[in-house]
Amino acid sequence: MQKIYDVIIIGAGVIGSAVARELSRYTLSIAVLEKEADVVSGTSGRNSAVLHAGFNNKPGTLMAKYCVEGNLGFDQAAKDLDVPFRRTGKLVVGFDEDDYHGLESLKSQGDRNGCPGLELIDAARIAGLAPGIGGHFALYSPMTGILDSFLYTIALAENAQKNGAEFFLNQNVTGIGKKDENYTVRTDTASFTGRWIINCAGLYSDRIANMLGISEYTIYPCRGEYFILDKKLAPLLPMPAYPVPNAKSGGLGIHLTPTVDGTILIGPSAEYIDDRDDYSSTRPVMDLLLEDGARIFPALSPNAVIRSYSGIRPKLSGKNKGGYADFVIEERDTSPRTIHLIGIESPGLTASLPIAREVVSRIAQWENLKENPGFDPTRRGIVRFRDLPREKQRERIAADPNYGEIICRCETVTKAEILEAIHNPLGVCTFSGIKVRTRAMMGRCQGGYCQTRIAGMIMEEKGLEPEEIIASGKGSNLFVGRLRDS
Amino acid sequence: MNVSGTLIPVEHDVVIIGGGPAGLAAAVRLHKLGIRDIVVLEREKEPGGILRQCIHDGFGLTRFGESLSGPEYAARFIDEAKTMGITVRTDMSVLEITPERVITAASKDGLFTMKARSVILAMGCRERTREAIRIPGTRPAGVYTAGVAQAYINLKNIMVGRKIVILGSGDIGLIMARRFTLEGALVSAVFEVLPYPSGLPRNIEQCLLDFDIPLFLGHTVTEIHGKDRLEGVTVSRVDDSLQPIPGSETYYECDTLILSVGLIPENELSEKAGVLLAPRTKGPSVDEYCQTSVPGIFAAGNVLQVHDLVDFVSAEAETLAESVSRYLRDKDLPESSIPIETSRDISYTVPCRIGGNTDWILSLRVKEPRKNIRIELIREGKVIKSRKFRKALPAEMIRIPVSARETTGSGPITVVIRDE
Repeated sequence: MQKIYDVIIIGAGVIGSAVARELSRYTLSIAVLEKEADVVSGTSGRNSAVLHAGFNNKPGTLMAKYCVEGNLGFDQAAKDLDVPFRRTGKLVVGFDEDDYHGLESLKSQGDRNGCPGLELIDAARIAGLAPGIGGHFALYSPMTGILDSFLYTIALAENAQKNGAEFFLNQNVTGIGKKDENYTVRTDTASFTGRWIINCAGLYSDRIANMLGISEYTIYPCRGEYFILDKKLAPLLPMPAYPVPNAKSGGLGIHLTPTVDGTILIGPSAEYIDDRDDYSSTRPVMDLLLEDGARIFPALSPNAVIRSYSGIRPKLSGKNKGGYADFVIEERDTSPRTIHLIGIESPGLTASLPIAREVVSRIAQWENLKENPGFDPTRRGIVRFRDLPREKQRERIAADPNYGEIICRCETVTKAEILEAIHNPLGVCTFSGIKVRTRAMMGRCQGGYCQTRIAGMIMEEKGLEPEEIIASGKGSNLFVGRLRDS
Repeated sequence: MNVSGTLIPVEHDVVIIGGGPAGLAAAVRLHKLGIRDIVVLEREKEPGGILRQCIHDGFGLTRFGESLSGPEYAARFIDEAKTMGITVRTDMSVLEITPERVITAASKDGLFTMKARSVILAMGCRERTREAIRIPGTRPAGVYTAGVAQAYINLKNIMVGRKIVILGSGDIGLIMARRFTLEGALVSAVFEVLPYPSGLPRNIEQCLLDFDIPLFLGHTVTEIHGKDRLEGVTVSRVDDSLQPIPGSETYYECDTLILSVGLIPENELSEKAGVLLAPRTKGPSVDEYCQTSVPGIFAAGNVLQVHDLVDFVSAEAETLAESVSRYLRDKDLPESSIPIETSRDISYTVPCRIGGNTDWILSLRVKEPRKNIRIELIREGKVIKSRKFRKALPAEMIRIPVSARETTGSGPITVVIRDE
């Protein structure tokens, strides 16, 4: 007899993982199904990794409410979950009178939403806060922060798992059936039965809703391309710097963001596309990023680019409308015990825990939730040798010599860290999984020095053949095999 | 060397960062000059640097008059260093060098701190990646730099693909075109954005022509296709300013794209030590003693300038060793305040400044292929040195020895190219 889960969560991005984590506070059996080979494979990791303050969203919307809530509560979440996070503050910079009016209305919107400490400041204050940023005046938001969006989602998932949730990777949902009180979720390789379904499928949330008879939502994929810049420029950009947003655009405008790792991001563009999986970078946008970025950040040079990436916003407002439609958190009588989270785009990362708590309270209206007596809100990540003081580094090596072997030179990642990433609790075994958990291969040489050694370590630790090693998901095999029998 | 946990650094006359061809040649020459307190720090399990994976031949023709493989060339220096009893610490990664020449390194035995009277930077270089040249498209598996593919094939016994396109005609790319062919893979073509090859003529001959692999000059990859594994690339012709020409696109099916699009000296440690870099080489700005802007810190080999022949790396490191030995003896070197300037058709020179009191070697590269030229060193309007070249290629470093006697006059020295 197949196990019947209390809750099946579809999608292990930041929303699915946050929902799993918040539900694991209760004595529920939880299955999380993810179509990719790792959690945080879609929109959740492919963004600016900013903890928004909440002034960009219309008062009264779920976006505004959950964003402000998520922002104010994030210090505790970051501490519990061991997520790299810094409240840097943020500047929205303006150049002309229209910009100034735009900033005034952003400020009053933010004040109404309850964002603390917003100020309009002049060029002299800008220079004092962030010397590398251009602009004649700015809106300063002290509560905005930056976080590691990959590690945040991984932390939520690992903490949910620690508290009893089960994660199933490489499970692409192909259909959902209902029998009596239970739903059966079919994937390409298995099926799962459960009483509740939480649709956290991001770019595919409309399709999952459709499988449960809700057909009026359409996700409009809107791609944003980014560049990652070398760490050398970081001292010039202590906080994110944004232009004044254009109300018609699908995004907040091309901005610059420092990362918790010391690099800088430029982006994102906003381009409506047809293919929900097309994470390409394109020549015109690459040129645009450098051009627009230099306006706000004059020190920007093409030589500083070490990597490009792109993300796709799961928007409910299409190309002709632009702007933002509110988050949808919906239940229907026609398919009881299903909750659909649709159109969770920016500021979804910031709003993830309040959204998850909303899901819990909806379930609590129907179920008598009992607290999980063993619930532990904390989770510890992989300790980063690079960030330790020399004395602690000595202690680490003395306790485990693998800390003395530097595998990734650019990011100073040790063998001990990579071993821990290879044996991560979710059982992910990809190059990307090691990258986002340790930063190995993410520095300026992009794995030129360390990737051959890391491939060797995966083969040894997991007993794999070269042709079984994948970059990020099914079909992304890195090698065709051995040259000679060894 | 001190025991892990001890904070008082042990002192050495010379600490060499990197046990590749430059570091080894410097160590051996220093020993011959009577210096005994030398430590070479190497991050890999074995010394030899990049030569360990260069199993093709052609090394040592200039220096030894015979054609050696990379490991054979390296072995000559490794064996000599071993016979001399030079300390080569492998499995040791340097984390930091301070301007005061205090070095912190990590190994399985702990963190080591040492103070060096002189430091030799010999860390080599790294490859430019797909990201550094910003090729648009998707990000599938199957895009490798030539050196990474070479490491997988020659060191790890791992084959990276079967249907290969190569972008860039740098020497490693050409070598890999032949290597892939010999392993039964199909190399469709090599594309080079410039109107002339970046690699040595002998490699074009022996790695492409001998295997009927076509080389397309003035072409570049303008899009990468494939979601999971590489499926193909779009290649375009480029115009005179190297911009892709719309309408000239051709699709090439392949499972692997190999990039040989340039090397960048690896100077993160140098910069932390306060060493100033020369914008044109991306290596330290040095004088004729190979001394950087930080007294007592020297640099040679690919960390200083990217070489085409390892023979010249060894020679450069040996020149450096002479300077280091003099520095250790005199506790100082003469000031080098004469700047070296160049005309626009020269990519760079090493050194960037000299003192003029000693014989020295000027290294340079021309920007474009030239025929029948004269390279002249001019000071105060007077030609102080002139050398004739029947042919000069960007791929081939030019080395011109200049004697102290020739370095007469005052003010900057300008290097120019004149047509004959």
